[in-house]
Amino acid sequence: MTSAPVQRPPVDTVKNAKKNSEDKQPYRELGLADNEYARIKEILGRRPTSSELAMYSVMWSEHCSYKSSKVHLRQFGEKVPDAAKDILLVGMGENAGVVDIGDGWAVTFKIESHNHPSYVEPHQGAATGVGGIVRDILTMGARPVAVLDSLRFGPAEAPDTGRVLPGVVSGVGGYGNCLGLPNIGGELVFDPTYLGNPLVNALCVGVLRADGIKLAKAEGAGSKVVLFGARTGGDGIGGASVLASASFEAEGERKRPAVQVGDPFAEKVLIECCLEIFAADLVTGIQDLGAAGLSCATTELAAAGSGGMAVDLDLAPLRDQTLVPEEILMSESQERMMAVVTPDNLAAFMAICEKWDVTATVIGEVNDSGRLTMRWHGEKIVDVPPRSLAHEGPVYQRPIGRPYDQDALNGDHGNGLPRPKTGDKLCATGLKLIASPNLADKSWVTDQYDRYVLGNTVLAQPEDAGMVRVSEDGVLGLALAVDGNGRYTRLDPYAGAQLALAEAYRNVATTGARPLAVTNCLNFGSPEDPAVMWQFSEAVRGLADGCQQLGIPVTGGNVSFYNQTGRTPILPTPVIGVLGVIDDVTRRTPMAFTQDGHQLYLLGDTRDEFGGSEWANVVHGFLGGKPPKVDLDREKLLADVLINASRDGLIDAAHDVSDGGLFVALAESCLRGTTGARIVVPDDEDPFVFLFSESAGRAIVAVPRSEEVRFTDMCTARGLPARRIGVLDILESAIEVQGQFRLPIGELRRAWSGTLPALFG
Amino acid sequence: MRVAPRVGVLTFPGSLDDRDALRAVRLAGAEAVPLWHGEKWLSDVVAVVLPGGFSYGDYLRAGAIARFSPAMASVIDGARNGMPVLGICNGFQVLCEAHLLPGALIRNDHRKFVCRDQQLRIENNRTDWTSGYEENQQIVVPLKNGEGGYVADRATLDELEAEGRVVARYVGDNPNGSYRDIAGITNAEGNVVGLMPHPEHAVEDLTGPSTDGLAFFTSVLQKLVGTPA
Repeated sequence: MTSAPVQRPPVDTVKNAKKNSEDKQPYRELGLADNEYARIKEILGRRPTSSELAMYSVMWSEHCSYKSSKVHLRQFGEKVPDAAKDILLVGMGENAGVVDIGDGWAVTFKIESHNHPSYVEPHQGAATGVGGIVRDILTMGARPVAVLDSLRFGPAEAPDTGRVLPGVVSGVGGYGNCLGLPNIGGELVFDPTYLGNPLVNALCVGVLRADGIKLAKAEGAGSKVVLFGARTGGDGIGGASVLASASFEAEGERKRPAVQVGDPFAEKVLIECCLEIFAADLVTGIQDLGAAGLSCATTELAAAGSGGMAVDLDLAPLRDQTLVPEEILMSESQERMMAVVTPDNLAAFMAICEKWDVTATVIGEVNDSGRLTMRWHGEKIVDVPPRSLAHEGPVYQRPIGRPYDQDALNGDHGNGLPRPKTGDKLCATGLKLIASPNLADKSWVTDQYDRYVLGNTVLAQPEDAGMVRVSEDGVLGLALAVDGNGRYTRLDPYAGAQLALAEAYRNVATTGARPLAVTNCLNFGSPEDPAVMWQFSEAVRGLADGCQQLGIPVTGGNVSFYNQTGRTPILPTPVIGVLGVIDDVTRRTPMAFTQDGHQLYLLGDTRDEFGGSEWANVVHGFLGGKPPKVDLDREKLLADVLINASRDGLIDAAHDVSDGGLFVALAESCLRGTTGARIVVPDDEDPFVFLFSESAGRAIVAVPRSEEVRFTDMCTARGLPARRIGVLDILESAIEVQGQFRLPIGELRRAWSGTLPALFG
Repeated sequence: MRVAPRVGVLTFPGSLDDRDALRAVRLAGAEAVPLWHGEKWLSDVVAVVLPGGFSYGDYLRAGAIARFSPAMASVIDGARNGMPVLGICNGFQVLCEAHLLPGALIRNDHRKFVCRDQQLRIENNRTDWTSGYEENQQIVVPLKNGEGGYVADRATLDELEAEGRVVARYVGDNPNGSYRDIAGITNAEGNVVGLMPHPEHAVEDLTGPSTDGLAFFTSVLQKLVGTPA
């Protein structure tokens, strides 16, 4: 049986666009505004061809162009602290920032969202989120060495969470495990506002020699443009502009094919192939194909280099021979890279690809014409100035308006909420908190992630930060933590962003590593809503100011807008990743309480602060008031003490005090370890405030008796409040709060570990 | 001075724990030799480790394609002639597909990937890879797999038990539905061992839950160079 040849519409050429200049084009359906379409015509001096229109629509989408966020994000560059300029090898704007960590090593790291695809198709959406960020890191010339994932879902008991969460976790795990990347940390948070809009933020970190950085630029006329990796298929077409830039309420079914499908084996092979190519120094420029696929890779490479490139699009290897040029240009098929290779190096480049069975095809050449041109069966279908797509997209100063309910929200401080007064009630409150989904044992999730592969993992979840050894020949290590708090940010976006930054910074320091640089994933609602734009602008300002004050630069990140269901946006959720360095990983400080008789100290000040707290959320379902006070100078001081104490061997365990307060921190360190703890509430403290307040800038440490004097002397000399609150007791398998309650660790463990398995099986 | 024996670690496309196996071999005192799946010649190694990972993406079945690689033909020849071969995780799957060991490994009964610190009992300390353990010694090493359920027909299982060829058994909760809690087995000669958990991830205090795994690699070294005087 023979099938009739498929009838294809004629390809729209440049010649045709000039001739039929008044043809109607579906630019609105592609997400372009009237004024944007007019500008494209002005740039080209004619209407765009349909291929050009496809390229502009994806490159000028919110996701690729940052058109609503750009004016705010500039602050990250303007407020780079002087102290940080020396270590910043590559700043914002490249695929990922690179920082110098000494000994000739550099680290590149970045966090990125894959929120909308993960709602439509949880497993594939999350998997390709991991795949995409790993390729960003690889593109810088680095070997990816670890991933972290920050996940947010609707209420844990909601039926749709039961659909989305297991898929996302199996996607993150399945892809990362198959790539052989240890997953060393992350977050898992539940809140009703994420029900129709989960957040899946993936962070990848890579290590490279400081002189081995690769950049995305096409330089040197005559150099070849090589497309290598997977073949181009029909998946993810329009993903960038349709899925990431417009709300997709109730259209999940229709847009399912727009989610990319990942193949981690192909990516693993691509990684090893690229690293071998980098080691042989065979590329002058390299770019991964992520959002906007070939459109993005060709325009960004050309725009950053000599300025011109000629591509024969019909040479691109296809998985589906029926694809038309517009689709090839927009396809977001995974596991593809584009390299610029001089003619001299081409044979060696191709030989390595062949060794790894990676398809590689020369599809074009660099020139100095200043134009990106593409041909299809000999006819010119694209002729554009590449910078107009990559760098000169529209920029909007969106209207900003403080939400009308902000004052009411801040004024409703919840001071009248009933508080537990007796020992029994305090104990019941603690148990209720530790069993709540946000604070319960996360191993149902993290047991699905390989934390051991590569053999350099020194600390992994649930530790305060993940830590990996940079090279097995040495003891230099890097640490990473990601944190966010949507409730705090809703109450005060400026402070909320700083609190997320402070927590990640503190978590890194708690392990003994010195915080060095910041990446961020800014998850917000629609930028067309002035209230959301106010949240966004305040959060960015808070983060930029905070980083400047802490002396650590923002090296890159990602903005995800349109996170809302109907007209209801998610809680504004900046997720902050902090990278730290530790000179000697054998000096790390773990969180577990293991040593009998060690003295417990609470560092920092505890105030009556319950705005946005887990207690108000879990016990009263209440959100109002102000978040805890931010004091970044105090955070710096606390970090200094934690780092020095770790280096000098003055402490044996340490844990950050944050969500759920001191009680939860104590419980987590006991559950992770082998001892109980006997605690005394200081006379001047209210037991409830002491146990459950979420005041920032605090940590608990376990100090050997032999080091107690040195440790307290150091705190005194530096002016950090340090209060002895108890002792670790190996015989007392309980948390005993003197005069209040005694809670056996077994009972605590049952409450803590039962929650997620009961919900998700 | 004695020259350290050369122990190879075979990398397939998609192997993941190959660097870790090389490290473990090195820490045990042998010379670690990376081997490539496409090379038939095994570089004069005297023992081979097949590492964990997802060889060839586990397309078809885990380990099903890897067994047909040129290097595997040499490994199979060597194994039949007494060369010590240890297959870990995906390597265990490859050994079963190559019929050097009986049975098969299937998807975990709970359908999820599992990574945890696993307690094992070493029941056979007479193999090339386990002579450094006490009989019935309990050890803790990482376990991480999605297809780690060991299955075989009843006759095979009975034979394995009768001949003492169950090398290691899970202690406590069975992590993947393996029949009779089997974590590792050996061939009749004791030179070929397959193990689902990962001893190569328990060789350093800094990065592992213990150093209990190191004895797999020192055992084979002792076999190759003899007991030091």
